Amino acid sequence: MREQNDYIVYVKDLTKVFGDFVAVDKINFRVEKGEIFGFLGANGAGKTTAIKMLTGLLAPTSGEAVVAGFDVRREPEKVKYNIGYMSQKFSLYDDLKVSENIRLYAGIYGLSRKEIKRKSKALLEELNMVALRDKLVGELPLGWKQKLAFAVAMIHEPAVVFLDEPTSGVDPITRRQFWEMIYKASVAGTTIFITTHYLDEAEYCTRVSIMVDGVIEALDTPKNLRLKYGADNMQEVFVLLARGEHTLQGKIKKEK
Amino acid sequence: MGTISYILQKEFLQIRRNKMIIVMIILMPIIQLIILGNAADYEMKHINLHVIDRDLSTTSRTLVSKFRASSYFSIVNSSFDAEVADRDIRNDAADLIMEIPHGLERDLMRGEQAPISLRVNAINGVKGGLANAYTTQIIQDFNGEWLSDRYPGRAVVLPVGIAWSNWFNPGMNYATFMVPGILVLLITIVGVFLSGINIVREKEMGTIEQINVTPIKKSQFIVGKLFPFLVIALVELTLGLGIGRVIFGIHYVGNVGLIYLFSIVYLIAILGLGLLVSTITETQQQAMFIAWFILMVFILMSGLFTPIESMPRWAQIITDFNPVKYFVEVMRMVLLKGSGMSDISRHFGIMALFGLVTNTLAVWNYRKRV
Repeated sequence: MREQNDYIVYVKDLTKVFGDFVAVDKINFRVEKGEIFGFLGANGAGKTTAIKMLTGLLAPTSGEAVVAGFDVRREPEKVKYNIGYMSQKFSLYDDLKVSENIRLYAGIYGLSRKEIKRKSKALLEELNMVALRDKLVGELPLGWKQKLAFAVAMIHEPAVVFLDEPTSGVDPITRRQFWEMIYKASVAGTTIFITTHYLDEAEYCTRVSIMVDGVIEALDTPKNLRLKYGADNMQEVFVLLARGEHTLQGKIKKEK
Repeated sequence: MGTISYILQKEFLQIRRNKMIIVMIILMPIIQLIILGNAADYEMKHINLHVIDRDLSTTSRTLVSKFRASSYFSIVNSSFDAEVADRDIRNDAADLIMEIPHGLERDLMRGEQAPISLRVNAINGVKGGLANAYTTQIIQDFNGEWLSDRYPGRAVVLPVGIAWSNWFNPGMNYATFMVPGILVLLITIVGVFLSGINIVREKEMGTIEQINVTPIKKSQFIVGKLFPFLVIALVELTLGLGIGRVIFGIHYVGNVGLIYLFSIVYLIAILGLGLLVSTITETQQQAMFIAWFILMVFILMSGLFTPIESMPRWAQIITDFNPVKYFVEVMRMVLLKGSGMSDISRHFGIMALFGLVTNTLAVWNYRKRV
């Protein structure tokens, strides 16, 4: 048996209940270092709630979650030091310049002045945004904003980065560039935890989990999932699972 | 400490980029102080007087001419008919009717009392009260003069004489009285509104989500939010004190440094309140609405526009929880009366307590786990 700390994300029976609504129902999974872990599910399936618990924003009702070696319940602040997060909604400051946003977050994560300078420069070069460093973020097109948000989420070199629908609303070219960034980070050893509604993107993941009504219905590599459900692509697998047509339980639920 | 400096840098940059705030910071004190300082005047000039003189004697004419000479009154009409006079009041043409009965001079000569009747339109309570007070003063003057004319050489002894002298505001200059108070409003508005809207804005924009996943501490974030507005409010105070000195020519008797010291304690309390508002609301609209409600109550019950002493007992108890009241008092005490630290130590204590409560609640209520 491997220790739970060997995994970057270790989740056991994690549950969140709001009133009498079970948003996340005893989910279990483990994410290995350097993996690109696709966290799929229809709207309202409980993905965002699960991510909020993993990032220390929301206290679990029950169960266990260890992220980057720290228990989210007992040491949420230590978890926060070791993770990056990029929200569904763009959440950098529109009224700050590109360089100011980078400096702010680098500063908050405790990077030294020298490191901030070096990092900012490297980051802007990598993003091809050197010329835009003094532009207000609000003036950038969405694709650029999302790339910047990803880079900022990675500024403190976290062990794992959570990306909540990072590519929604982004044009195909930028989407590809975005995935190139993701691959690069993954190769460098950062674990990627990503949610998306673009199922072609799911094919790029090392492993994919599909959440339905607060429960993880399937978890495997894209290839194995396709084989298991006899589908040509992830799109088919997702529709099959999300509609709940593969189980008797799902059928009953649907008839209700 | 390092983290806070980055947060502060961010807040100041955002404020600097917000042109509206900068304009307001400069314009607000100028407009509020110059307009309100001149407009908020409890002295009533030209109270419209309707005279019914049934005596038509030298004495009654002297009395009427005293009213005519006073800048407080203008005689708009005179008649011999109470109904005409009543109509004037109803039409709002007159605020006050003075009726001098037939036989005033004769009665006075005989050394008897000669009652005259006054009827005041008290729809506007302040105006009615002032009309009353001014009239009493004029009639008292008249009595004194009449007695000394009648019995020359004899010292006139009125049963009880009133000698007015306005301490701490010798010229009874209303600007002197109002400007320090209005300055309090200015600072309060800056404090409650700007801080109240600030965190909510981050909630609305979604930017707080990114902040919340960082390891930043609640206290660091709150201090980062508090401090810039503290600075802005102190800039306002400085501008305001300057305007009071230069434009209104108010001579500050007390220690201005003490005012700054109190302002800081006051601002921490009031900014905490603003933050509390922003932690319990979800949108800027909600925050504005609640902040405005609180400010209305604070301002109207601060003793700035209506004396607290004239409020009913229960309302006076409410004002004990109004920080604006304490600051208005401190402003007037220190700036006009020259009160020192020992005179306002109670105010300091109460304000510190208030600040402790509001800020504790704000930090406690600002849930970083959304």
